[in-house]
Amino acid sequence: MTLDVLYFAWLRERIGASREAVDTDAATVADLVAELRGREPRYDAAFADMAAVRVAVDQELRDLAAPLAGAREVAFFPPMTGG
Amino acid sequence: MAVRVQEADFDPGAELAALHAGRTDVGALVSFTGLVRDLDGRLTGFELEHYPEMTAKALHAIEAEARARWPLQACLIVHRFGPLAPGDRIMMVATASAHREAAFDAAMFLMDYLKSRAPFWKRETTTAGASWVDARAADEAALRRWSRGGR
Repeated sequence: MTLDVLYFAWLRERIGASREAVDTDAATVADLVAELRGREPRYDAAFADMAAVRVAVDQELRDLAAPLAGAREVAFFPPMTGG
Repeated sequence: MAVRVQEADFDPGAELAALHAGRTDVGALVSFTGLVRDLDGRLTGFELEHYPEMTAKALHAIEAEARARWPLQACLIVHRFGPLAPGDRIMMVATASAHREAAFDAAMFLMDYLKSRAPFWKRETTTAGASWVDARAADEAALRRWSRGGR
């Protein structure tokens, strides 16, 4: 499947992209993170501390165990600081 | 009922007036306005990044939850994004109800959820450099008081 993968705030800066299409067979968010980390050092560095990373699947907050079957968009970002 | 995400400034007074214009059943109108704070005069830049596709969904979900919990006659969330300056308005929430308790509680609930569940990220530039504002543990803790059964 092809996923739209989005990055925000310091994840966007460390990875050097705000959005990219990723061809993957990852079953869960955790699998996708492992796959990205194996690609290049910049991904490995950005995802080194997953306690500092939040994830949304199709614009809904999810955890690392969330399945990706049927998903179109996955976003990674730090804890939110709105308001 | 309204949620707006915009780069432009807004007029809190006009927003509040519009919220109860032409109706007589509103007894209590509560609002909160968040501003760009510069405590020590070192802030030289401020930017709010957001995730547009998710922001609208998240804010509507938070608003719907507030309306399910309290008898609100009107509810408004306005949140800006983009570059802002010290003293600028960032966002506002307003709630209207027949009585003050529901209006105050719902406004507090909206703020607590906006802080930690709406996909915005603040980036500050000071004379010492630029950095992303860290989420505060106190903001996450504030959400727990609204867990079902907690209030």
